Amino acid sequence: MDFALTEEQQLLRHSVERLFADHYSFEQRKRYLQEAGGFSGALWRRYAELGLLGLPFAEEDGGSAGGPVETMIVMEEIGRGLALEPYLATVVLGGGAIRLGASAAMRAAVLPKIAGGDLILGFAHSEPQSRYDLADVATKARRDGASFVLDGAKTLVLHGDSAEKFVVSARVSGGRRDRDGLALFLLDAAAAGVSRRGYATIDGMRAAEVTLTGVRVPADAAIGAAGAAYPLIERVVDSAIAALAAEAVGAMAAMHEATVEYMKTRKQFGVTIGSFQALQHRATDMFVALEQARSMAMLATMMAAEDDVRERRQAISAAKVQVGRSGRFVGQQAVQIHGGIGMTMEASIGHYFKRLTALDTLFGDADYHLGLVAEGGGLIAA
Amino acid sequence: MDLRFTPDEIAFRDEVRVFMREKLPPATRDKMIAGRSLAKQDMVDWQRILNAKGWAVPHWPKEWGGTGWGPVKTYLFRDEMQQAPAPEPLAFGVSMVGPVIIAFGNEAQKKKYLPRIANLDDWWCQGFSEPGAGSDLASLKTSAKRANGHYVVNGQKTWTTLAQYADWIFCLVRTDPAAKKQEGISFLLIDMKAPGITVRPIQTIDGGLEINEVFFDDVKVPVENLVGEENKGWDCAKFLLGNERTGIARVGISKARIRRLKELAALQQSGGKPLLADERFRAKIAAVEIELKALEMTQLRVVAGERNRNGNKPDPASSILKIKGSEIQQAITELLLEVVGPYALPDQIPHEESERWNEPPIGPDWAGPLAPQYFNYRKTSIYGGTNEIQKNIIAKAILGL
Repeated sequence: MDFALTEEQQLLRHSVERLFADHYSFEQRKRYLQEAGGFSGALWRRYAELGLLGLPFAEEDGGSAGGPVETMIVMEEIGRGLALEPYLATVVLGGGAIRLGASAAMRAAVLPKIAGGDLILGFAHSEPQSRYDLADVATKARRDGASFVLDGAKTLVLHGDSAEKFVVSARVSGGRRDRDGLALFLLDAAAAGVSRRGYATIDGMRAAEVTLTGVRVPADAAIGAAGAAYPLIERVVDSAIAALAAEAVGAMAAMHEATVEYMKTRKQFGVTIGSFQALQHRATDMFVALEQARSMAMLATMMAAEDDVRERRQAISAAKVQVGRSGRFVGQQAVQIHGGIGMTMEASIGHYFKRLTALDTLFGDADYHLGLVAEGGGLIAA
Repeated sequence: MDLRFTPDEIAFRDEVRVFMREKLPPATRDKMIAGRSLAKQDMVDWQRILNAKGWAVPHWPKEWGGTGWGPVKTYLFRDEMQQAPAPEPLAFGVSMVGPVIIAFGNEAQKKKYLPRIANLDDWWCQGFSEPGAGSDLASLKTSAKRANGHYVVNGQKTWTTLAQYADWIFCLVRTDPAAKKQEGISFLLIDMKAPGITVRPIQTIDGGLEINEVFFDDVKVPVENLVGEENKGWDCAKFLLGNERTGIARVGISKARIRRLKELAALQQSGGKPLLADERFRAKIAAVEIELKALEMTQLRVVAGERNRNGNKPDPASSILKIKGSEIQQAITELLLEVVGPYALPDQIPHEESERWNEPPIGPDWAGPLAPQYFNYRKTSIYGGTNEIQKNIIAKAILGL
């Protein structure tokens, strides 16, 4: 039982820390927001140079065979820096689906491009009626000779407006909410019948609504066996939740440090507000919440590749609950302690608060996952 | 002890309810229900409808437009108005500067300003907080030096709500820098069109533009715009800050929001059934309803106590109303955030001028305002004296700690 990082992992952490310290001040971030796609194209190339975009992929696919811990390290720094680049969408979600489920040929064709910074992916799974249910898919994939024809509507596709390809879920059989009958396909964003509407999200990033009308894909565009994709979807989403948990911890840590710093410098009534015991206790409560979330993010990371699906699911959902609750508490209290400036877009605190709020809504909020843990029998066998 | 209202009070409440139903413009009501921001004209039109009925300033003395209702009817009126849901008259005018002018101003000031406040002919904003003077308001630095029949004002106010709409600003300014901090402050009325005033918008985390910084650069203000005595402005400030206390709980608004919450939770499907059918979610709503009922009872106790209390001294228990009222309002926005679920993610800009709601909406058409409302309402535990300050007031004034 070991929580230490290897030397290589520590090196990875230091290089990513340096990168963000040099390039992700709040002021620099404001400039990146103005770029097409809403993120820094130059930094995306820099991530590629540092090997970050290929981290989880096999070496023969252009990667460095990193695991969930490597992803956790990168995501925590992304959280600290409020980074805007499509790492989660491209590397963890889209890249994860291909890494875990695609044929060797598709992996060889796609993963090196991602690792090289030459391909942005979107993961188009959620639908307007699905809320948080991963099995709720109305988009249909009709077999037609050597092709499938896709029809349906996808929603809240992270970075869907910048994506050059989509990993799309569709139903080959079964009822709308059945786990059986799902398939994943790799699709060109420019394919005939694909339309999208891009928009800003509350955390300064971007997403898209994607509509598929008679979109024809060859049968070998399927990722894994068509009709049996649910376990793959669930596994990819679980790895994304573990990644998000790390990002949330990074954001919470940055907010907490900023709050303590503010308490040490802001003076009212002739003293620093940090001298008030009530606020000292509040900052301590925030610290406890942060560390509990960090612990559960580590659990999620260590369970992301767990073979026992039930164990994995319970751990990941439990982590999402903790991170959601801690994120809400740390976020709200950081704003409260900053007073009026916590309510402004000028200060970074409010932006962290909004990102934590957004993270809670991705792949199921804390309340949803609380239900899953409870319905799953909880964490302690009776 | 008796919870029942008298037949006269019930008839009055029904009269108010009918008036709200018939006279509140439907477009304004729809915006209030949906949580969308109002245009300046919406607020002006509505306050003039109220004023035409003689209901814009019920709590003022009768000679200036008050109704003489007493605390119970005033409470019923506010509750019905909030539940309509109708906008309340602009507080900066009718609840802040108006009562200050009534209590501390001279006849000329009353005649000049009060009717225009009641009819929202003049839109007022509040120049109190500064970057260095938040909770410690008395440490304010904006200065006013008297010379040749004018004050010359220099400094900066912040968090000034809707200054971009304002015709006038009431300001706490420092007229005696040598005096102990509360004792060198004056209360000045300043024309927003005076040369030297600059308004800079501050965007809030919900994307809106409801607050501003206001800069004063050698702004000349006639001495007759001083309210009360020079260097006695802190008395006006204490009066103002303590004055509007029973209204601050916003019980009626929270009732209206809970109705909206249930309406939307019935529409929003989760796991094949409406969210409202989920036992856990229903229990959470019930818990908030119970807190709200307790708050309402506390407010009624304060209102009933007002009948017996003499003069203008506020009940320190009103700090309870502010603390619990803000917590409940925030709790409701959290439940609404849960209803909107994944559709909290698309950005919406609620500011009325630019009207940048996503068109067509992304997700359900009711979803847009919910996340912005959650972000915006973090202010309720900060403004009007932070909840931490309110707790200090209770600890000191009631508990004697």
